Amino acid sequence: MSESLLNLVPKAEAVQTMKDFKSDQEVRWCPGCGDYAVLAAVQGFMPELGLAKENIVFVSGIGCSSRFPYYMNTYGMHSIHGRAPAIATGLATSRRDLSVWVVTGDGDALSIGGNHLIHALRRNVNLKILLFNNRIYGLTKGQYSPTSEVGKITKSTPMGSLDAPFNPVSLAIGAEATFVARTVDSDRKHLTEVLRRAAEHDGTALVEIYQNCNIFNDGAFEALKDKDQAKEAVIRLEHGQPIRFGAENDKGVVRDPATGDLEVVTVTPDNEDRILVHDAHTPSPTTAFALSRLADPDTLHHTPIGVFRSVERPVYDTLMADQLDHAVEQQGEGDLGRLLAGNDTWTVVG
Amino acid sequence: MTSQVSSEAGEALLGEQRSAPAEARPGAEKEVRRLDRVIIRFAGDSGDGMQLTGDRFTSETASFGNDLSTLPNFPAEIRAPAGTLPGVSSFQLHFADHDILTPGDAPDVLVAMNPAALKANIADVPRGGEIIVNTDEFAKRAMAKVGYATSPLEDGSLDGYRVHPVPLTTLTIEALKEFGLSRKEAERSKNMFALGLLSWMYHRPTEGTEAFLRSKFAKKPQIAEANVAAFRAGWNFGETTEDFAVSYEVAPATRAFPAGTYRNISGNLALSYGLIAAATQAGLPLYLGSYPITPASDILHELSRHKNFGVRTFQAEDEIAGIGAALGAAFGGSLAVTTTSGPGVALKSETIGLAVSLELPLLVVDIQRGGPSTGLPTKTEQADLLQAMYGRNGEAPLPVVAPKTPADCFDAALEAARIALTYRTPVFLLSDGYLANGSEPWRIPETGSLPDLTTAFATGPNHTLADGTEVFWPYKRDPETLARPWAVPGTPGLEHRIGGIEKQDGTGNISYDPANHDLMVRTRQAKIDGITVPDLEVDDPDGADTLVLGWGSTYGPITAAVRRVRREGGHIAQAHLRHLNPFPKNLGEVLARYGKVVVPEMNLGQLATLVRAQYLVDARSHTQVNGMPFKAEQLAAALKEAIDE
Repeated sequence: MSESLLNLVPKAEAVQTMKDFKSDQEVRWCPGCGDYAVLAAVQGFMPELGLAKENIVFVSGIGCSSRFPYYMNTYGMHSIHGRAPAIATGLATSRRDLSVWVVTGDGDALSIGGNHLIHALRRNVNLKILLFNNRIYGLTKGQYSPTSEVGKITKSTPMGSLDAPFNPVSLAIGAEATFVARTVDSDRKHLTEVLRRAAEHDGTALVEIYQNCNIFNDGAFEALKDKDQAKEAVIRLEHGQPIRFGAENDKGVVRDPATGDLEVVTVTPDNEDRILVHDAHTPSPTTAFALSRLADPDTLHHTPIGVFRSVERPVYDTLMADQLDHAVEQQGEGDLGRLLAGNDTWTVVG
Repeated sequence: MTSQVSSEAGEALLGEQRSAPAEARPGAEKEVRRLDRVIIRFAGDSGDGMQLTGDRFTSETASFGNDLSTLPNFPAEIRAPAGTLPGVSSFQLHFADHDILTPGDAPDVLVAMNPAALKANIADVPRGGEIIVNTDEFAKRAMAKVGYATSPLEDGSLDGYRVHPVPLTTLTIEALKEFGLSRKEAERSKNMFALGLLSWMYHRPTEGTEAFLRSKFAKKPQIAEANVAAFRAGWNFGETTEDFAVSYEVAPATRAFPAGTYRNISGNLALSYGLIAAATQAGLPLYLGSYPITPASDILHELSRHKNFGVRTFQAEDEIAGIGAALGAAFGGSLAVTTTSGPGVALKSETIGLAVSLELPLLVVDIQRGGPSTGLPTKTEQADLLQAMYGRNGEAPLPVVAPKTPADCFDAALEAARIALTYRTPVFLLSDGYLANGSEPWRIPETGSLPDLTTAFATGPNHTLADGTEVFWPYKRDPETLARPWAVPGTPGLEHRIGGIEKQDGTGNISYDPANHDLMVRTRQAKIDGITVPDLEVDDPDGADTLVLGWGSTYGPITAAVRRVRREGGHIAQAHLRHLNPFPKNLGEVLARYGKVVVPEMNLGQLATLVRAQYLVDARSHTQVNGMPFKAEQLAAALKEAIDE
C-alpha cells in the first residue's frame, strides 16, 4: 500500500499534550477500575499521533468502557449496545479525513454486537477498535460474559455458566481481520506500543485489552500481572523475534511437525533452531490463529500479547471512494436535470 | 425516445415516432373503435416474463401520451412451482384519454398465458370482457394441476366472455424457426408475441420496445433479434388473423396534463430521485445504509447506480447496521438515509430512538408491506403508521410524511429531507408496495424549481458563560425551530460528545436530574409539534356533510371513488394527509366542519385511531387488509353508505 491513510487526517497545528485530550467531564468509573489506566494511556498516546483533535472521533456502545468518549476532548458518540462498529463504519466511510476509534467491551462487541464486529473486520473499514475485555458484565452488576470461563459463578449463573467462551483474538482472525493485537491495562508501555501500531495500520485494527474489573471480577488477569507468575504465563510477541519467554527465557514455541500445531517447549541446544520466529506480516492467518490458541482459557497460562497479525489488504473506505471517483470519470459529474429527464420522455404542448 | 402530444382540440397529432410501421399500420382494413379508457391484465407463470411485458406496454403507453396507472402483482417466491395458482404473476395497466387515478378495478382484457393464470384471474373479469388465452398451455395435465376437470375453453364456462384462443407458443416457435434456437429458447419469446398482439390491438408505438430489446440483449444479438421477431409476429398476427376483427384507439390524454415534459415513473424510482435531488439541493453528500428487503431494495439498487453524484451506498450486514451506518454518516454531515420495510423498521427501532435523542437529521424510508412478521412481502399495506408514530421506547416523537402517488414519492422525499435538515430529526417516509411498484406519468420538474434545502453547520461558539467565556453548547437550540446546532467532526473548537443518555439542556452533558429530564422530554415533543407543515386542503365543491380523509397510497382509489359518488349526485368532501406527524394545524377545524368523517385505510384503522384520540371526532374507519389497493367501485359504495346513513 502506498501512502498511510493517516495522511488524509489533518495534522495539529501546535504541539499537543495529554491535557489537550482530557475533557471537562468528571471520570465516573469505580475507583481502582482498569479503565482509568487505559484512558490515561490513550490520552497520553494521542499527542504522539499529532492529528488535529477535531478530526478524531471516539464512538462507543454500551457498557462501562463505553463511557470512554465522554472523557476524551475530541468528537465522540456514546451510542447503543453493540452498534458502535456499524455507526463508526458510516462515519469512517463518509469522512476519510477523520481518525475513528471504537471503544467497546466483551459484552458489547462479542455478544449483542458480535455481528457488527465481524463484518467491520472482514470489510477492513479504517477503524481502530479497542475491546476492553474484563470477562464479566460490569454495568449490569456482574453477570457472566461471552469471554467468561466455563463454570463461572455469577448472579445469573449460581450453578456455574454453561457457555464456552469466545477467544476474541481467534474470532477476529477468523473474521478476516488484518490487524489483531492483545495487551494488558496495567502495562502502560506495552499498551502504548500496541496503540501506536494499531493507529499506523490502514484498515480495521482490533486491540483486545485485558482489563481488570475490581468490583465484579477482580484478579481475572492476575496470572499475567503478578511479576513472578507473569514470566511463565505471558508470551510477548515481537515481529521478527523468536517466540521465547520464561523466568530464564528458557521456554519457546515450536511447531509440531506431525500436526502443524504450536506447542510450548523448554529450549535446549537441540531444539533452539526450531523455535518459531514471529512473523506478524505473513499473509496466511494460520500461525497467528495457532498462537491465539496457545493460552489455557481457564488459567491464562501461555497467553501471547502483542501484535498477532498485521497485514495489508485494500481498505473498504478507500475502495468506496475510488468507486465514486471512477463513476465520475466514466459518467461525468452527476447532472440532476439529465437524471430526472431520463431518456424516454414526451412533451405536452400548452 | 421523445414524442409530441398537442392538447389542441384534444386531437392527437401523431408524431412519426409513434406511428406504426407503414406496412403494418393497424386497422388499415379492419374496424377501429375509439375508447376513452382500457384496463389490461397480463397474467402468466412467474417465469413467463409478465412483469417485463407489462413494463414494456406501460412504456409504449406513456410515450403515446395516455394517462396511466399500473399494478404489478407477483408472488414472494422467485419461481413458484410452474403452472400452479401460487405461481401466477400479473401486471395490470389502466390507460385513458383523460386523467385517471387507479390501475382500475376490473380488467377489460385478460391475457392468460396458462390455465393457472386464467383460473387465478377470471373472477376479476366482468362478463363480456375479452380474454386472450394461450391454447398451447391448455393440456390435460396443466389444467388438472389447477383443478380444471374439463377444458374451460370447451366446456362453455367462458361463454359470457369474448375469448380469443391463440396458440401463442406454437406461433412464436414458428415465427422464430429461422433463428436456429432450441424449442425452449424460442418459447421464451412468447411474451413478446403477446405484447406485439396487444400493441396492435391498442395502436401502441413499437420503436421503444424494439430499441429496448436490442439494448437489453446487446450481448446476445441473436436473442435480441428473435425477441423483436416474435414481437413483430404478434403484431402481424393481429393485423392478419380474422379472429381479431377490431382494434382500438385510446387518444392521448392531452387535457389531463399541464404543458411540460413527461416520463413514466414508479414510486421507488421517484423516491430514489427525490433523495438525490434533496442531497443536491442541500449541498450535502447522500449516504444510504441499507439491508435488502422487499419491496424497498429497488431504492438501494437505484442509488447504487448514481455514485457520480457522490452517493455512497452501504449494503450492511443487517437492518440495524444499515441505519447505524446512516446515523454515523449523519453525525459526519451527510444527508443520511436508511431504506427498509416493516420488519426492518422493527429492528431499527432502537437506533431510531438514538437518532431522536441525538437530534441528527436522518431519513427512515419504510416501503410498507403486509404484516405482521414476514407477512405478505410483495403485497401492499398501510399498517406501519402506528409503528412509525410510536414504535420506540420512551417518548420518542418524530415527523411522519407519506407520499400519495408513485410520482409524488419524489416530492415527499424532498419534503422529508426539508424537515429532517431544518429540525435536526429523524423523519419517517411511509411509502408502500403499491406506490413502490406502481407507475404513472410524471411531469419532470425544472431543477431550478426545486426547494432550497441548504443548511448551515455550526462553525463557532454559540454561548457565553457568566464569566464571559465563549463556548459551544451542542444542545443550545434555535429559538424558532428548537433545532440544535449540527456541528460536524473536523470543526475546530466544537469538539463535543453526544449519546443516548439523557443530556443536560444546553450543554449536552450527561444529566440524571429529574427536572431536566422532564424538560428535555417536553422540549423534544415541542420541537416535533412545532414543525411547520402546509394546511390541509379540502376538496368540497358541494358543501357536503361527509368528509373522506385519507393518507398515503389510498389517494388514487379514494379520489376515483369520490368522483363516482359525485357523478351520481352524492355530496362528499375529500382531504388527504401528507403529514401524519405533526398533523396540519387546521386539521381539527376541518374535521369539526363535517357531520361525518370516513377514514379508508389499508389497515385496521390506524389513522382513525390517531384522529379520534387527538380531535375527539367520531371518525369511521373503512378498512381493507387483503394486500391489494382499494377498488374504486367498492370504496364508492362504502362512501355512499356513509353519506346516506
